[in-house]
Amino acid sequence: MSLQLDSRIPGGALSDKWENYKFDLKLVNPNNRRKFTVIVVGTGLAGGAAAATLGELGYNVKVFTYHDSPRRAHSIAAQGGINAAKNYRGDGDSIHRLFYDTIKGGDFRAREANVHRLAEVSTNIIDQCVAQGVPFGREYGGLLDNRSFGGAQVSRTFYARGQTGQQLLLGAYQSLARQIHLGTCELFNKMELVDVVLNNDGQACGIIARDLLTGELSRHAGHAVVLATGGYGNVYFLSTNAKNSNATAAWRAHRKGAAFANPCYTQIHPTCIPPSDEFQSKLVLMSESLRNDGRIWVPRNADDCGLDASAVPEDARDYYLERKYPAFGNLVPRDIASRNAKTMVDQGLGIGPLRNGVYLDFSHAIERLGADVIKGRYGNLFDMYERITGEDPYKVPMRIYPATHYTMGGLWVDYNLQTTVPGLFAIGEANFSDHGANRLGASALMQGLADGYFVLPPTMAGFLAPRLGESLVSTSDPVFEQAERDVRDRIDQLLAVKGTHSVDHYHRELGKLVWDYCGMARNAAGLEKALSEIPALRAEFYKDLKVLGSAESVNQSLEKALRVADVMELAELKVRDALHREESCGGHFRDEHQTDEGEAKRDDENFMYVGAWEWGGSDIQRDAVLHKEPLVYEAVKPTQRSYK
Amino acid sequence: MSTNMLNLTLKVWRQDGPNSAGRFETYQTTTIADDASFLEMLDYVNEDLVAGDVEPITFDHDCREGICGTCGVMINGQAHGPQRGTATCQLHMRQFRSGDTIVIEPWRAAAFPIIRDLMVNRAALDRVVESGGYITVSTGAAPDANITPVPRDAAEAAMDAAACIGCGACVAACPNSAGQLFTSAKLAHLNLLPQGQAERWSRSEAMVETMEQYFGSCTNHGECQEACPKEISIDFIAMMNRDYLKAKFTNRRRGGQRKSG
Amino acid sequence: MAKTMSRPGATAPVVNPPAAKSAPWPVTFYRSAVGKKWVMAITGLGLLGFVIAHMIGNLKMYLGREDIDAYGHALRTLLHPIMPNELVLWILRLGLFAMLVAHIHAAATLTIMNKKARPVGYQSPRQYVAVNFASKSMRYTGLIVFLYLIFHLLDLTIGTTNPDFVEGRVYDNLVASMSRPAVAIVYILCNIAIAVHLFHGIWSVFQSMGLNNPRYNVARRWVAMALSGIILVGNVSFPIMILAGVVH
Repeated sequence: MSLQLDSRIPGGALSDKWENYKFDLKLVNPNNRRKFTVIVVGTGLAGGAAAATLGELGYNVKVFTYHDSPRRAHSIAAQGGINAAKNYRGDGDSIHRLFYDTIKGGDFRAREANVHRLAEVSTNIIDQCVAQGVPFGREYGGLLDNRSFGGAQVSRTFYARGQTGQQLLLGAYQSLARQIHLGTCELFNKMELVDVVLNNDGQACGIIARDLLTGELSRHAGHAVVLATGGYGNVYFLSTNAKNSNATAAWRAHRKGAAFANPCYTQIHPTCIPPSDEFQSKLVLMSESLRNDGRIWVPRNADDCGLDASAVPEDARDYYLERKYPAFGNLVPRDIASRNAKTMVDQGLGIGPLRNGVYLDFSHAIERLGADVIKGRYGNLFDMYERITGEDPYKVPMRIYPATHYTMGGLWVDYNLQTTVPGLFAIGEANFSDHGANRLGASALMQGLADGYFVLPPTMAGFLAPRLGESLVSTSDPVFEQAERDVRDRIDQLLAVKGTHSVDHYHRELGKLVWDYCGMARNAAGLEKALSEIPALRAEFYKDLKVLGSAESVNQSLEKALRVADVMELAELKVRDALHREESCGGHFRDEHQTDEGEAKRDDENFMYVGAWEWGGSDIQRDAVLHKEPLVYEAVKPTQRSYK
Repeated sequence: MSTNMLNLTLKVWRQDGPNSAGRFETYQTTTIADDASFLEMLDYVNEDLVAGDVEPITFDHDCREGICGTCGVMINGQAHGPQRGTATCQLHMRQFRSGDTIVIEPWRAAAFPIIRDLMVNRAALDRVVESGGYITVSTGAAPDANITPVPRDAAEAAMDAAACIGCGACVAACPNSAGQLFTSAKLAHLNLLPQGQAERWSRSEAMVETMEQYFGSCTNHGECQEACPKEISIDFIAMMNRDYLKAKFTNRRRGGQRKSG
Repeated sequence: MAKTMSRPGATAPVVNPPAAKSAPWPVTFYRSAVGKKWVMAITGLGLLGFVIAHMIGNLKMYLGREDIDAYGHALRTLLHPIMPNELVLWILRLGLFAMLVAHIHAAATLTIMNKKARPVGYQSPRQYVAVNFASKSMRYTGLIVFLYLIFHLLDLTIGTTNPDFVEGRVYDNLVASMSRPAVAIVYILCNIAIAVHLFHGIWSVFQSMGLNNPRYNVARRWVAMALSGIILVGNVSFPIMILAGVVH
C-alpha cells in the first residue's frame, strides 16, 4: 500500500481557513458522543488538555500514562513561558505577527495554515488557563504581565515565575482530574503503550499496553487513538528531556504505517548547565528568559579561559552575540545562540573546568537593577544552578552550554492532526508540529495546548461523526491477538539475550554517536559514519544486552530496553534524514551549507518540503521511503533569516 | 570547582513486591564524584549491581530537575535528604563526605504502599485532587484573561501554594502520615484566586474529607514544611482549617431553596 | 465516582472509610479530623482559661490566709443569692469536665487515626527537623496532666488524700498539702508537664483555628512560650515558697 500525503489544508484566505473549516467539519450530537471511545496516550500539555476536553464534550476517554500520576509528564519542566498574541503591551503584536515570527523562526519550513491557526488560538489558551486558575505573573494593577523571549521584538510571553510549564500542566491535569472524577475519562496510570493496533482496513483500532507494575499486557480498543507522547530528544541520551521520555509510541506508530516527518530537526537549547563528568545522567536547562538580563561572553584570548571570570578585564571579553547580532543581541533564536556557543568552544574559547561552556553574566544587570530585582525574576533558577554546580551565580557568572531540548520532527499529520494511519492522531511534540525547522522559545507550551484544547476536539468530531454506529473492534479479534503476540516476542527476545552490557551502556553509546555526528552541526562524512555505526551498535545490542529480572514484575531495565530498541531505529532514520537534507535550516545545520558569515544557508529551490518517511523494513537506510509534502508560501515571502 | 571522589556505604531497602518482606541490603560504593546527583549515584550503583548479576534497585524518577515530583526517598531519616528545599534528584553528593553511611528507605504510609524497593504508589494524592482540586471551566467557556484583575499579592501567594510538585514528602516526613500540606497547598492555590471563589466551599469540604480517607491528621509539628522541596508553608494548613470550618457552618442557600441532602 | 482500573499497585488504599450514613452538619464536622482539631483547639482554650484563672486565684495565697479563703468562699457562693449556693460553681465544673472529655476523646480518636495511617513505621532512625520535645510528647504530657488532675482533686478539693483537709480552709489545706516534699515534687514535675503541653498546645491553637497572618506569625511561638512560662512560674512558686517556709 503506497502512502499518500494529503495535508487537507482548506482553501480560502489564510486568516479565514480555520474558522471556515471548523464550520465545515461534521459534528457529533451530544447524546451520541458517549458512544465513541477515544484512547489518549500521554498526559502532558497536549494529552492532558485533549483528554480533559474530549471528556468534557462527552466522549468516552481512556487515558494512559506511564507515570504514577498524569501530573508528572515532562511538560512540567518548561520554565520560561507561553506565547500568545494578546498584545496586552500595546507594542505592536498581533496574530499575524506571531504567525510571521513563528514561520520565520522556523526558517520557512512550517505550514502557513497550521501556524496561522496556532497564532489564532494562542489567545484562547491564555483565557482558558487564567480561568482554570493558572497563577500567571501579574502587575501591581492586577493585570497579566509579559516578558520578552528569543526571536521576537514584542513582549508576548506569559509566565508563572520560572514554572510556567508546571502551572499550565497542573491546569490541564486538574481539568482531567475533574473528568476522571465525573467518570468520562478513565485513567490508566503506570501503563505504557507498547504497540498500536490496526484493523484489517489499516485503521487504528486500539493499543496494547504494558502494566509497568505487573508486567501484564492488556488490549484496549478505541474508535480513535491519540498519541500525545512527546518528542525523541532522548535519542541523544544526554538531553534536557526527562529520563523516561521516549519515542516508543511514535516509533511503533511509524512501523505500523504512520509517516515520520523531518526527524533531523532537533532543537539544541542554548542555556543548559554543561556536563561535569562522564556519567552524568541528564542535562538541566536554565530558562531562556535568563537571556533577557544575562550577557553571554567568552574571553577573547584562549589563555584567559582558565582564569576566574572576574580576572578577565572588560576589554578582554567577547560579548559575541551582541557583537554579531546588534539588533537582537543576546535574544537571537535558539539555534543561532547554540551554534555560536559551539563555535566559541570549538575555537578553544570554552570556559569552566572542562572548557565546555560559555559565560552567562548577570553582573551588569545586578549593578543596574539590584540583586533583589534579579532575585525576583530568576531566584528559583539561580538557586537551582547553585544546587547543581555549587557556584553562586549572584557572585560568579553562570556557565552554560547548549543541550538537546526539543524535537521539531515527529509523526507527520495533516491539518486535522491525523497521521497517515486513519484514526491515529498525533498532538503536541509527538507530531512534526508547527515549528518548522526551529521552534521559538515559549512556543512549545502554546502548541501543545493549542492541539489539545482547541484543534483536536473539533477535528476529532469531524473524524468520528461519519462513524456513528460502528462498533469497537473486539479485543479478542486476531489483530489484537497478533499485536500482543508480537510484543511478547519483543520482550522475550530482549530478556533472552543475557549478554554483558546494561541498557544504559547502549543508550549512552548511541547518544554519543548521534550527538557527535548529528548534533548542532552535521556534515556528510560524519553522517555517513553514524549510518555505518548505528546498525552495528544495534546488532551488538541484540547480541550482548543484559536485562536482569522478569517480565512479570516492575522491571525498569526491561522498560528501558524496549524504549532504547526503538530509539536506535529512530536514530538511524534521523541521521538518514539529515544526510538527505542537503541544506541548512533552523535546527538542522550542515557544515557544507553556510553563508560566508557562517549562517545557515537554505536551499528553497530543492528542499522547501516536509520530508516524511514511510517505514519500509528494518534495514532503515535501504528500506525507508521518502515522501515530500511541498510547502507553499502565500502570505509570507521566505527570506534569509536575519537577526542582525 | 574541583571534583572529589567519595567512598560510601549504602544501606538500601530492598523489597521484591508489595506483599514481600523487605530488608536492608548493604552496598559499598567506590569513586562517586561529588558533582554527581544522588540519583546518578544510584545509577552508578545499579550499573555495578547489574555487572554483578544483581537486579538493580528500583526507584521512581523522571525529570531530574526537581519539578516532576516523581522521585523521593528517605535519606538518613529525612525525606529528600538533608538539604532544605531540595528534591532527591537535585540533592548532590557534595552534601556527603567520604566514608559516610547513607540509609535509603522508601516513603512509608498506609496510603503509599510499597510497590518495589524504593518505589511507592501515591495514587491517593490524585484522588484528593480529583475530589475538587480544580476550577470548573470547560474548554472554550473562558472570558478574556484580563477581565478580572487579580491582586498581585493574591497571585503570588497562590503561586507559592501552586508550586507543590506532589512528591509526597510531606506525608512521608509527617509523624502521622498526614496529607495536610499537599491538600492545603492545592486548596490555597485555588481558594486565593478570584476564579476559585465559586467552588471555594464545596472544594474545601470535598478535598478535606477525601484526604482524611487516606491520611492521618495534623498535629502541627511542622515537619512537612521542612521536608517540602518547594518550601511550602504550613500557613496554608491554617487557611484550610479556617475554610473547612466556614464551609461546614455557613449557610449559603438562599431563601426559598429546598433543602437537598 | 472516579473510574479507575482496580489494580492493587495503582489504586489508593482507603484507611478511613467515610461514614455510611449522612448526619447533621455538626456531626459530620466532628467526624472529620480537621473538625476534631477545632474541638481540641476550642476546648484547649477553655481549659487554658481555667488554668490561668486557677493560678491567679491561687496567687492570693501571697496576700494572706483571709484573702484566699475569701476567694474560695466567693467561688462557692458565686451569684448567690440569685442562684442556689454552689450551683454556678457546679455548672462551671461540669463545663470544664465536658471540655476535658471532648479534648481527650478527640485526641484519642485522632491518635488511632494516625496509627492507622502508618501501620508499618520507618525501619531506620528518623532525623526530625521541626518536631520538638513538646510536640512529640503531647499525648504523654496530656496523660500525666490527666492523672495529676485526679490526684489534685482528691487532695485539695475532696480531701481524700490529705489527712489534714478541712473544707473551706483553702490556705491551710494548701500549706498542709505542699509541706509534704513528695507531693510538692510531684506537683512541680506535673506542672512542668502542663507547661510543656501548653507550649505546643497554644501554638497549635493558632494553626488549628486558622489564626495566621504572615505579619504576626512570628509572635505565635512567643505567645505560646510566654503564656506557658508565666503559668509554670506562677504555679511552681507555691510549693517552693511553702517548702522554703516563706508561706506557712
